[in-house]
Amino acid sequence: MIVGKTLAEKILSEKSGTDARAGDIVIAKVDLSFVQDTTGPLTVRQFQSSGIGRLARPERTVIFIDHAAPSPASSLSNDHILLRDFSRRSGCILSEAGDGVCHQIVPEAYARPGDVIVGADSHTVTAGGLGAFATGMGSSDVAVAFGLGKTWFRVPETFKIEVNGEFQKGVYAKDLILHLIGKIGADGATYKSLEFHGGAIKKMNMSGRLTIANMAVEAGAKVGLFPSDGTTRQFLVEVGRGNDYRPLDADPDATYEKTIRINASKLEPTVSRPHTVDNTALARELKGTKVQQVVIGTCTNGRLEDLAIAATILSGKRPAPGVRLIVAPASRTVLLEALEMGFIKTFIESGGIILPPGCGPCLGLHQGALGDGEACISTANRNFEGRMGNPKSFIYLGSPATAAASALTGEITDPREVM
Amino acid sequence: MKLKGKVFKYGADINTDVIIPARYLNISDPDQLAGHCMEDIDAEFVDKVKPGDIIVAATNFGCGSSREHAPLAIKAAGVSCVIAASFARIFFRNAINIGLPLLECPEAVDGTAAGDVLEVDLEKGEIKNVTSGKVFMAKPYPEFMAELIAAGGLIEYTRRRLAESRD
Repeated sequence: MIVGKTLAEKILSEKSGTDARAGDIVIAKVDLSFVQDTTGPLTVRQFQSSGIGRLARPERTVIFIDHAAPSPASSLSNDHILLRDFSRRSGCILSEAGDGVCHQIVPEAYARPGDVIVGADSHTVTAGGLGAFATGMGSSDVAVAFGLGKTWFRVPETFKIEVNGEFQKGVYAKDLILHLIGKIGADGATYKSLEFHGGAIKKMNMSGRLTIANMAVEAGAKVGLFPSDGTTRQFLVEVGRGNDYRPLDADPDATYEKTIRINASKLEPTVSRPHTVDNTALARELKGTKVQQVVIGTCTNGRLEDLAIAATILSGKRPAPGVRLIVAPASRTVLLEALEMGFIKTFIESGGIILPPGCGPCLGLHQGALGDGEACISTANRNFEGRMGNPKSFIYLGSPATAAASALTGEITDPREVM
Repeated sequence: MKLKGKVFKYGADINTDVIIPARYLNISDPDQLAGHCMEDIDAEFVDKVKPGDIIVAATNFGCGSSREHAPLAIKAAGVSCVIAASFARIFFRNAINIGLPLLECPEAVDGTAAGDVLEVDLEKGEIKNVTSGKVFMAKPYPEFMAELIAAGGLIEYTRRRLAESRD
């Protein structure tokens, strides 16, 4: 009897030319490989010492300068020089400081349903939102993918995440993924593929899908995959790549290691507490928790839809005294659109600081490092100790609505209280 | 290969941001990276660690960022291997690629305290707690990974394969 395939098995079968099944080790063609400015210099050195010499496909190889952009220190500027030089000599694509976060630009400009994508950054999983088998690896692995245009994978077992019901007002994709990670734990899906299905997923826009896929790695997953459907087509048409669309779904008789069912209508605004993403609570349970900084942006929630939600809540209001509001659009395109829509004006009038498109304060390199004892609520994906540059600070994670509501009150706030 | 060293013990979810904070990612020299290894959760680690010592940790060791600087820093600090109840997947690949041995063995983690001395036989996957006399067996590597390890990591493996194909 021939049993159907999961999305991961389908994509890896096609790209390896084998009948790939969970547990198999396959060598698959890589459709896009990329690095960013913290992992790129080591990748370049490993590539040079591998003896491969040439990129397999320069036009599908990208270097992003986004993590410390523009550079806050001469040592990082020197890393940027090394990356620009490599790009010039090898012929690969360079995405400059100010263009935006790799995980936003990859879906906007490169990722196609059914692609295999490897990036030297753990949040490479984001492109799973449009049905690409996209996963993070280290510099050596990506260096070899740069040169050979292929890499090895153990075909992952799959957890089917079935989401039905309607999201309540004030509850978003971010709350769903935080809830799921809280439920299964930071290692609950290690080595697995998370595959998202159900009525609430069918209706979810691409922005929400990318948010969820982005955080699959926070449960340890190798990929977070969504079927490619009409929403995917619409997104690709909007970014001028309608021809890259193809429908893609798992077979109805695919084998899943387990199925987790979530009723979206029961979800409430959810927050991760310091210092692990799975340390979740409801926003309303954290009332009274003071914050000194609010960050809206990053590869998790720096898209136009996210900024729209935050701007609606902040419009005509000011943050509570003692609260810094930082907004970092995920890409140049997002920033331009947010300008046109008036969101940027809203943020500035609301006392916000607009950062250039990029990773912003998420990883503690620049632009919003926290002081001793300070707490921040951020729309990012990680709240590890010291992540935002200071091990003596505290990071909470929530949706753009929860972050914006918390900015107004100066404490963690259920956004439904201010909507 | 036989390894022997004193145990530094940590809990669950030791992430790569604490193994080597992002503010040091512009450092390329492994020895300099080693000087900041674990500094945000264990400021004394770099002063106390001696060549051969062993990190023992609970589940999900190496979760978070894909930075290969994390296993590089641990290796350059002199750590001979990491034993954990489980590893995050990117860290697992990275460690193999740069030649830092990892052993997955929840029983050994439970049966080991900070400061114990361990003897590890990498080929057999045998972990002996010299302090307590207990012996544990780690999970064997998949065959393909064992080949990578034997070759000295991915870059070396690739170099050899390329050289062979050019012969």
